Amino acid sequence: MTPFPFAAIVGQDEMKTAMILTAIDPKIGGVLVFGDRGTGKSTAVRALAALLPPIEAVAGCPCNSATPEDCPDWAEISDTSITTRPTPVVDLPLGVTEDRVTGALDIERALTRGEKAFEAGLLARANRGYLYIDEVNLLEDHIVDLLLDVAQTGSNVVEREGMSIRHEARFVLVGSGNPEEGELRPQLLDRFGLSVEVRSPDDIDTRIEVIRRRDAYENEHAAFMEYWRPQDAELRERILAARAALPSVSSSNVALHDCASVCLALGSDGLRGELTLLRTARALAAYNGAKEVTRDHIRESAPMALRHRLRRDPLDEAGTTARVARQLAEVLP
Amino acid sequence: MTPFDESSGQSGRPEPPASAPWAQVGLALTLFAIDPAGLRGLWLRARAGPVRDRVLTALAPLAPRKLHPFVSDEALTGGMDLSATLTSDTMQRHAGLLAYPGTLALSMAERCPPGLAVRLGQALDQRPGLSLIALDEAAEEGEGLPSALADRLGLFLDLDQFAWGETTEIRLQHRLIAMAQARLRHIAAGEALPRLTRVAQELGIDSLRAPLLALACARAQAAWRGGERIEEADMEVAVALTLAQRATRIPEEAPPPGEPPEDPPPDPREQESDRENSPLDLPDEMLVEAARTALPPGLLAQLQTARAARASRGASGAGAARKSMRRGRPMPARTGKPGTSARVDVIATLRQAAPWQKLRRAMLPAANPDRLLLMPSDIRIKRYQDQTDRVLIFVVDASGSAALARLAEAKGAVELMLAEAYSKRDHVALVTFRGEKADLSLPPTRSLVQTKRRLAGLPGGGATPLPSALQVALATAELARGHGMTPTLALLTDGRGNIALDRSANRAQATQESAQLARAIAGKGIASLVIDTSLRPKPPLAELATQMNATLIALPRADARTLSATLRTAIGG
Repeated sequence: MTPFPFAAIVGQDEMKTAMILTAIDPKIGGVLVFGDRGTGKSTAVRALAALLPPIEAVAGCPCNSATPEDCPDWAEISDTSITTRPTPVVDLPLGVTEDRVTGALDIERALTRGEKAFEAGLLARANRGYLYIDEVNLLEDHIVDLLLDVAQTGSNVVEREGMSIRHEARFVLVGSGNPEEGELRPQLLDRFGLSVEVRSPDDIDTRIEVIRRRDAYENEHAAFMEYWRPQDAELRERILAARAALPSVSSSNVALHDCASVCLALGSDGLRGELTLLRTARALAAYNGAKEVTRDHIRESAPMALRHRLRRDPLDEAGTTARVARQLAEVLP
Repeated sequence: MTPFDESSGQSGRPEPPASAPWAQVGLALTLFAIDPAGLRGLWLRARAGPVRDRVLTALAPLAPRKLHPFVSDEALTGGMDLSATLTSDTMQRHAGLLAYPGTLALSMAERCPPGLAVRLGQALDQRPGLSLIALDEAAEEGEGLPSALADRLGLFLDLDQFAWGETTEIRLQHRLIAMAQARLRHIAAGEALPRLTRVAQELGIDSLRAPLLALACARAQAAWRGGERIEEADMEVAVALTLAQRATRIPEEAPPPGEPPEDPPPDPREQESDRENSPLDLPDEMLVEAARTALPPGLLAQLQTARAARASRGASGAGAARKSMRRGRPMPARTGKPGTSARVDVIATLRQAAPWQKLRRAMLPAANPDRLLLMPSDIRIKRYQDQTDRVLIFVVDASGSAALARLAEAKGAVELMLAEAYSKRDHVALVTFRGEKADLSLPPTRSLVQTKRRLAGLPGGGATPLPSALQVALATAELARGHGMTPTLALLTDGRGNIALDRSANRAQATQESAQLARAIAGKGIASLVIDTSLRPKPPLAELATQMNATLIALPRADARTLSATLRTAIGG
C-alpha cells in the first residue's frame, strides 16, 4: 500500500516542519521525534520518504552511489548504468546485530563457494537517504556507539575477518520513541540535529479529522490518494525550490549574534547548538522564500534545534520546551 | 468446515445456554474472523487451561502461525536456508513468518521483549492482512503485554473471569462470517466515527489508533448483524471490546437528574456542535457505560500497574541477567544455525567437522578435494552469559534522636548484603542525610573492606534535609544506570524533611521539593522502597512513597538482620 500522504497529516506542524527542513538541508543532521503512541510518528517518516524526489544512482551499487567512480571497489559492480530509485528509507530494527548494520563477511559465498566477499549492511543501503530507528531509546548501547561514529564521519569502515572495507554512509538519522519507556543517552541526543515532541491532539475536532482521513485512507484508498496527490506534489516542488535557493540565503552578523546569544543564555553544551540553529533557520528561510535569515526564522527554529541540548534539571517540571521559550522571550524580544 | 457444523449445536449433545459475558467472547472471536486485518489482533489475557483451549480451538480455522517471545529475527523476516544451501550448493532462502498475510499467535506474550514487540508492531502497521493473537499469560501483578502491542491489537478478552462451568463450546459460523465479510466494505463510518473518537477521549485514551480500531470493530459488528450502517448497539460492542481496556480513567456516573451539576456548564458553542455531530441524539454516556460494564472490577487497575511496571523495566536500557549471543562471559558453544543474532564458533565447528571428512569424501566422490566438507549439523555458535549488576542504594536518615541506632542497623544491613554480594552480583551504596545536606557516604561498591572503613564513625543528629537526600540518590541511581547497572533505592526514615535544597529551614519548601524529586525518581522508573522506621506510621511518608511509586514498608524496630531480609524479599533477591 502506498504510504499515507504527507500533506494529509493533520496538525503536528512542528514535526512536519522539522522533517521538511532536513529534506531541504540534510546537513542539519536528523530529527528525533519523541511522543505518545499513535500520534503518527512513523506515518510521517514514511510519508516524507514517498514525498521526496527520487535519486539517481548506479544500478548495481549497494550503497546508492551517484556515479560509477563513487562506487566502492569491493562491490564488484557489473551494471554501471544510472537508474532512478526512490529516496532510500531504511529501517533499523531493534535487536539488530552489528554485522547487519555495518555489513560483514558474506556467509553464503563463504560457505557455498569458499570465497571471501563483503555483504553490505543497512548503513550502505541508507546512504544518501534516511535511516529510521523506531523506539530509538530501546536500542542497545553498542549499536548506538556504532551509529554515532558513522553519523559523525559519514563513512562506514569495517575491519574484520581479514577484510578492510570502507564506503560512504551519509544519511539523515530519524529516530522516534516514547519517553515513558526510557530516555536517550545525552551523546546520542546531541547528535540529532532537531528534536520535536509530539502529543496526541486534545482537541476533539482535530482528533475526529485524523480518524476520518485515516479511515478514508484505508477504505477508499484510491480516491483518497488521488485527492491528496496535488498537495503532495506542491510540497515537493516547494522543497526542491528551497533546496535550490538555500545557497543564496544570506545570514547577517546580527543573525549569527542572535544564534550565539540564545545558545549562551540556554547554556547548551558545545558549539553544535549554534551551528544547527543557524542551518535550520537558513533552511526555514529558504522554505519560506526569504532571501535572508531573520529573527523570526531563528525564533521558530530555536525550540526544535535546542531543546534536546539543555542540561537536565530534575526540579524543572515544565520541561525543556518551556525553558527554551522562556529564554527566547528574554534574549530575542 | 461444512454448513453442517453450524447447526450441530442444536442436533449434537445439548449444551447449557452461554452466559452473557461468554457470549461476548464468542462474538469477539466472530468479529475477529470477519475482519482480522482491520482489527489487527486479539489480546487474550488468560492462563493456559481448558477455558483458553476452547477459545483457541474456535480460532484454529484461522490457522495462526505460532511465535514465541524469543523467536529469532531470521524466523521472523526470513533468511538463508543454510541446510538447503549447503546440500544444494546454491543459495536457498526461506520466507519468514511475517512474509505472508494471515494470523500469528504469540504465546507467553507477557514476556515479549521490547525489540520483538516493536518489530511485530511495525509489521502490523505496514503489512495489510497481518494480524496477531497475543496470548498474555500474566500471572503476577506487574506483568502484561508490551505497550507497542497493546496499543495496536484491536480486541481484548479477559478469560480469567470465567469458570469452566460457565463456558460452552464456541463454533464460528464460517458461512455467515463470509457473508458478513462481503458486506463489510459497504458500511460507511458515518456518525460512529466522531462518536467513537469522542468516547475514546472521554475514557482518557490518547492513542489515535484506538478510535480506528473501535471503528473497525463497530463495522464488523454491523456487518455481522446484517445491517447496512453502524447502529448504537454496534458501537456499544466496539467500546466494550476495543476501548474499555485502554481506558485510563472511567468518567464518574452522571449525577442523578434534578441535582445541579457541580461543574460549570460546558461552552454552549461546543454543545451545539456536539448536537450537530450526533443526529442519533443519544448521549455518549451510554457508550461510556458500556466500557464501565465491560471490565471486571479491578482489572483496569491491574492493567495500569502492568503498564507502569513495563515502563519502569524498559527504562533501564540494559536488561537484567540474560544469555547473550554477543558479549559477556563465554559459555560452551552449542549447535545452531548461524543467524543474525549469533556468531559461528569457527574452531568448534571445524573440530566438529574434522572427524567426518574421510567418510564424507567417500560418500561424495565428486566433491572438490581441496574443500572442507561441512554439513549443517557441524555448525556451532557462540554463546555468552551477560548479566547486569544491581546496585542497592541505601538512603538513610541520620537526623534526630534515634539516628545513631538507625544508622547502626543500616550499616549492619549494608554489610550483611555485601557479604552475599559475590554470589548475587549486587553493589551497595549509602547516602546519609542530616543537618544541612545529604552525602554519598559510600559510592556503589562491592568491597566489604572499603565499606567497613567508610562506614566507621558516621555522625548522626540534626535536621532532616530530605530533598537533598533524594537529589543525591537520584544522581547516584542515574550514574549507576549509565554504567549498565540496575539501581534500587531504599529510603530509611522516620519523618519528613525540614531543610530545603537551598539549605534553608523551610518545611513547606522542603516538602514541595521532596514531592518533585520523588516524582522525578518515579518518572525515571527507578525501583524504590520506603522503609518507615517510626513507631507509628506517618501519613506524609505514605504520600512520598506514592509519589515515588515505591513500596512502603513499616519496620518500627528494624535491626540489621530483618532489614536485609526485608530488602531481599522486596527486590526479589
